[in-house]
Amino acid sequence: MYAFEYHKPSSVQDAVAALSDKEDPKIVAGGMTLLPTMKQRLASPSDLIDLGGLPELVGIREEGNSLVIGAMTTHAEVARNETVQARIPALAKLAGGIGDPQVRHRGTIGGSVANADPAADYPAALLGLGAAVITNQREIAADDFFVDLFETALEPSELITAVRFPIPQRAGYSKFPNPASRYAIVGVFVAQTDGGVRVAVTGAKGSVFRVTEMEQALASNFSPESVANIRVPADDMNSDIHASSEYRAHLVTVMAKRAVAAAEG
Amino acid sequence: MLRVSMTINGKQATKEVEPRTLLVQFLREHLGLTGTHVGCDTSQCGACVVHVNGNSVKSCTLLAAQADGAEITTIEGLAQNGEMHPVQAAFREHHGLQCGFCTPGMVMSAVDLLKKNASPSETEIREWLEGNICRCTGYHNIVKAIQAAANEMRG
Ligand SMILES: Cc1cc2nc3c(=O)[nH]c(=O)nc-3n(C[C@H](O)[C@H](O)[C@H](O)COP(=O)(O)OP(=O)(O)OC[C@H]3O[C@@H](n4cnc5c(N)ncnc54)[C@H](O)[C@@H]3O)c2cc1C
Ligand code: FES
Ligand code: FES
Repeated sequence: MYAFEYHKPSSVQDAVAALSDKEDPKIVAGGMTLLPTMKQRLASPSDLIDLGGLPELVGIREEGNSLVIGAMTTHAEVARNETVQARIPALAKLAGGIGDPQVRHRGTIGGSVANADPAADYPAALLGLGAAVITNQREIAADDFFVDLFETALEPSELITAVRFPIPQRAGYSKFPNPASRYAIVGVFVAQTDGGVRVAVTGAKGSVFRVTEMEQALASNFSPESVANIRVPADDMNSDIHASSEYRAHLVTVMAKRAVAAAEG
Repeated sequence: MLRVSMTINGKQATKEVEPRTLLVQFLREHLGLTGTHVGCDTSQCGACVVHVNGNSVKSCTLLAAQADGAEITTIEGLAQNGEMHPVQAAFREHHGLQCGFCTPGMVMSAVDLLKKNASPSETEIREWLEGNICRCTGYHNIVKAIQAAANEMRG
């Protein structure tokens, strides 16, 4: 790991100021992705801005018909939170299935969303529930937020403060985990929301995406059978030592069926 | 340099460190607490697990600076008055270790589990150990040891 300067601002304004002032700064949240990347020297920021001193970014509250989760809320906190368990149980389950307990004790929702790993779990929930990413500047709909592999709509000096999830009528998540890391080889999030049915897939392509054909089928009949025969093309899917693109395409249908079954409860 | 200060196994420690110092380096190299191991240095194996403010974390993936002001417990802090913690005693009794390299992390993870769930099922124990890798035992005796410790601690 190359040397850097360390800063722990005590307000969001100070954090944003540091982000704009320094030469090549980076935010550190849980550090579960950034620190390993820095050890490999794939990232070498001049300055680390630690959000660990900002309690206002931690916590979960119900606001109207949504849950607002602070950017620095850990996966473990989301998994065990009673409000999340009652209002969006699929989200609590998703958070509880990330990595391992020690990763969940440090890793945060803001870090996961900002990082936009193609195999991360949270992006499926954000897109599947039609969530909004709240930053120090604006709100970005999940549909516009995830751009490509590790690429989001965030500006360089923009900081995620929270994520707002509309509470669905029902939702389910099912992933086929990589047996070593638990990242999604394929994960599918299905939700019946006030705005219609949404189906979001992670792990399969460079970035999370929706499957409209499945959404339409589920809108007329919300049952696992509705998606059982819908196949997605394998052409532009990821292919690696863990799974070929054809296998991933197959898994999308299987995980979608399981996610619908999970949503039915 | 950066001044960091934390409470480790009940004792205050304050040192000047480089910002890139990892918590595990701080423990092992600056304080000589070598009970915490480094197996992979890539956040996978769990040999480096310690407790930070009551939660088990991988100390190879945390800067000492991020732990400034925290309460830390390491494997050295478990025994009380020369008596092993029930989880340590159970690992010995049930042969929960062979080479012992993974053991400090295994024990620290298990202690955290039993604090949060006093009667875990075998499945819950195995799922909790997702981030702790052992190349020797095949895990069975580790699980057995944790079950025995849970019984012992429930009294
Ligand atoms: C062994 C292991 C297994 C894992 N398994 C899974 C898994 O199964 N599923 C899964 O989804 N993930 C998994 N992860 C990743 C984990 O969820 C990370 O916690 C997460 O990807 C990053 O969150 P973080 O808080 O640690 O962010 P950091 O590592 O601190 O930061 C990640 C990136 O986001 C930026 N960033 C952080 N916070 C903000 C913010 N508020 N605003 C703007 N930018 C920000 C940082 O600058 C950095 O570029 C795993 C990680 C490990 C080490
Ligand atoms: S040394 Fe920290 S997880 Fe392996
Ligand atoms: S006892 Fe040797 S690695 Fe676990």
